[in-house]
Amino acid sequence: MFTAERVADKSDWVSSPSGDWEIIIGLEVHAQVASNAKLFSGAATGYGAEPNTQVALVDAAMPGMLPVLNEYCVEQAVRTGMGLKAQINAFSRFDRKNYFYPDLPQGYQISQLYHPIVGEGVLEVELEGEDSINVGIERLHLEQDAGKSIHDLDPNATYVDLNRCGVALMEIVSKPDMRSAREAAAYVRKLRSLVRYLGTCDGDMEKGNLRADVNVSVRRPGGDLGTRCEIKNLNSMRFIQQAIEYEARRQIEILDDGGKIDQETRLYNTETGETRTMRSKEDAHDYRYFPDPDLLPVKLSAEWMAGIKADLPELPDEKKTRFVAEYGLSAYDASVLVSDREKAAYYEEVADGNDKKLAANWLLNEVFGKLNKENVEINDSPVSAAANRAIVGMISDNVISGKIAKQVFEICWEEGGDPQAIVEDRGLKQVTDTGAIEAMIDKIIADNPDQAAKVKDKPKTLGWFVGQVMQASKGKANPQAVNEILRKKLLD
Amino acid sequence: MSSLNNFSLANALKGLENKDFSARELTQAHLDAIASADTLNAYLLTTSEQALAMADASDARRANGEAKALDGAPLGIKDLFCTKGTRTTAGSKILGDFTPPYESTVSGNLWADGAVMLGKLNMDEFAMGSSNENSAFGPVVNPWRADGVDEKLVPGGSSGGSAAAVAARLCLGATATDTGGSIRQPASFTGTVGVKPTYGRCSRWGIVAFASSLDQAGPITRTVEDAAILLRSMAGHDPKDSTSLKAEVPDFAAACTRSLKGMRIGVPKEYRVDGMPQEIEKLWADGMDWLRSEGCEMVDVSLPHTKYALPAYYIIAPAEASSNLARYDGMRYGVRVDGADLTETYEKTRGEGFGEEVRRRIMIGTYVLSAGFYDAYYIQAQKVRARIAEDFKAVFSKCDALLTPTAPSAAFGIGARNNDPLQMYLNDIFTVTANLAGLPGISVPAALDGAGLPLGLQVIGKALDEETCFAVGGALERAAGFDAKPDKWW
Repeated sequence: MFTAERVADKSDWVSSPSGDWEIIIGLEVHAQVASNAKLFSGAATGYGAEPNTQVALVDAAMPGMLPVLNEYCVEQAVRTGMGLKAQINAFSRFDRKNYFYPDLPQGYQISQLYHPIVGEGVLEVELEGEDSINVGIERLHLEQDAGKSIHDLDPNATYVDLNRCGVALMEIVSKPDMRSAREAAAYVRKLRSLVRYLGTCDGDMEKGNLRADVNVSVRRPGGDLGTRCEIKNLNSMRFIQQAIEYEARRQIEILDDGGKIDQETRLYNTETGETRTMRSKEDAHDYRYFPDPDLLPVKLSAEWMAGIKADLPELPDEKKTRFVAEYGLSAYDASVLVSDREKAAYYEEVADGNDKKLAANWLLNEVFGKLNKENVEINDSPVSAAANRAIVGMISDNVISGKIAKQVFEICWEEGGDPQAIVEDRGLKQVTDTGAIEAMIDKIIADNPDQAAKVKDKPKTLGWFVGQVMQASKGKANPQAVNEILRKKLLD
Repeated sequence: MSSLNNFSLANALKGLENKDFSARELTQAHLDAIASADTLNAYLLTTSEQALAMADASDARRANGEAKALDGAPLGIKDLFCTKGTRTTAGSKILGDFTPPYESTVSGNLWADGAVMLGKLNMDEFAMGSSNENSAFGPVVNPWRADGVDEKLVPGGSSGGSAAAVAARLCLGATATDTGGSIRQPASFTGTVGVKPTYGRCSRWGIVAFASSLDQAGPITRTVEDAAILLRSMAGHDPKDSTSLKAEVPDFAAACTRSLKGMRIGVPKEYRVDGMPQEIEKLWADGMDWLRSEGCEMVDVSLPHTKYALPAYYIIAPAEASSNLARYDGMRYGVRVDGADLTETYEKTRGEGFGEEVRRRIMIGTYVLSAGFYDAYYIQAQKVRARIAEDFKAVFSKCDALLTPTAPSAAFGIGARNNDPLQMYLNDIFTVTANLAGLPGISVPAALDGAGLPLGLQVIGKALDEETCFAVGGALERAAGFDAKPDKWW
């Protein structure tokens, strides 16, 4: 699956005085497992609790305390691996990664170096207006999060909050298969969508529940891979993109000046937009990994795995394929609709019994636009899926025009209410009664004999009459009927 | 009443049942004995008030006909077991006055069965040692002395306090732990019975960890039957320890008198080491004769990888220890020695908090796990460990249990051997193999040497077959007729 051969599109090359460069990106995403309890203790994992109130004896590394694996976290990791179409390892094991730090009470992090629970997989990543790319997954392993060191409460002391200590993380390591900041962000977006579908991580980047370490190197397009730097702990799509762009430019400048890149770990400063050295390769810890003797290897039976697989929800890729095949949507429209489970479910409710494309266009152009503008999540939308379903139904049944539909949507958004009742009560129904339209037209022709006379010579002026009729009907006249009758009366 | 502390555990329980004496009387007798035995330095702390309260509660239960298996039996607890509300030191300075808010599963099992806690027993720091000279609280003195000699001897280690307390009648029995021989070797040095059960038989939850894949709790007592009674209460599956075995706990005491007729006992040739005292050779041969007369067949067997066991043990145990002891960093509990910065605080805390042997093993363990050495040492040692386990598996297709000496010598003088760690490590030569293979072993006192010091024989059994160990151990005990006890000189 390693696709170092893939050369970035020229539009993604970075040019410098010495020529063109290509950016090579791989990501390590840390996704907090959605679980009520920690990886090896029964302590709670809720966000925002008072410091050190969600700490079991084993989390604080009290003498003689032992870890006991939370099997639900194993299930969640397996689910995620299946979503990544990855190899699920029937045998995996936990290792200790040893280092000293006050927010790591045990003096080691329990992780999986030698035998991760999930092996190689692949994630298809859609890009707007471009072909999608396949990003290879190297591995996914389970590990404990550390606690939090708080350095800014006291000038002379560091405080430690162990609430997060021992919370289960999935570290998802990609292959170096991305070629631009845009692709990297799209990868994280897709991964986030996947874990949210699966219910294995809430994907909340603001709370740090999904964060990324980014490996960046540059090379001549299609040339040999360069030395990479790792930028730690990025917790927003924007920071990921900015950090990659800054880091690529930094490396290119060094190389242009005849320098060489030192393999190192760097930190991104969100205020200056720059990266700086955190530690060099020489300072790298010797983590002295070895199998954790307190824990047994994890052995998964084929039967158990099949059970997990059978219970997986429909995932974004499958849903997208179905939307294209069953509903005739374009691949891109489908990928936007399936990007999260709530949107897809909302769409299916709106489309139920309606024209599928019309429903998709209505949501993509009107509803999502409004939600974005007002910064409202789809599940909090004041206009329910059922209401939108009614609106779309009225459009396709010619009860209202698209224009009136927008008006109805606005009324529903502001005031609430049933769209059908709104249309009824406010007399917004389209006039399709040709008799009534004809009467309106006759009156307008009678009032404007000169204009009527000109139409035969200048057929384009028919539009003026259409406008007059629509105005007279307050937009409710069926535009098609108006056109037909006018033509008959004035052009034939 | 002063002789109440001379009973075996089994007889004391009978006496309690017959109302010959109360749990309070029995407990008080032991507290008095402890009070007069400061010289031995076996107890780090005595919980007199708690002991008497527990004894009174036991007497009340017995009066109500609610007595449990160990009701009223006063026991000592090795200070590696966390005891709720009672300071626990692991024989180290680094834990300071650490008082656990929890009770280890094993000690908790004993209290649930009605036992009485007398106090916490001295030990080598973090269970690292074979002479109990590595305790931060001073060495334990063996109640045994060579005939006519006043030199103070070591009780063995690391469960030296447990062994000395049992031998000196300062408790009816004691908990202990065995990572490379720390139950069996001190039992051998003090004329007591020590059992290291199958790995996973007793929960490790709440026992301060030394080397997690090797550590196992077990009893030290004065008779084989007592060890069986105590182990039955200590053992059992514990969901809080992932390595704890889901196995029924049999009535070990019933196995002590089981017939040995037709049993095959293996005698591993690799355990015949150069420089072993003649008296130990002879004792081993006597042991074979005793078992033959019980109807056993002696089988010569080979455990070819035995010579690699000690080196492998001294890689694996320190490797695990270096990681297990990382938590003693002065941040959350125990002693902290502040430095100019974080690194210096770690260095000072750990440099001053740990004793020399613990520091040595942390350094060895850190070294063998380091990049570039991991494969050559740790991985290699794990391969040796697997070979050793295979050796035993092969041998157990030819015999039911193995008979060996417990230790290559009798108790030696305090200070006589602590200049040479390698010499000290040789004490474990006959015992580490059972730890590496996870097998049960028992040491039974079988004779006094020419100087009047006790020597033990070891029986190693198949995994989860402690019953055969007790059966063979019981036969050895009866045949040896070992009834010597140390003269009270302290």
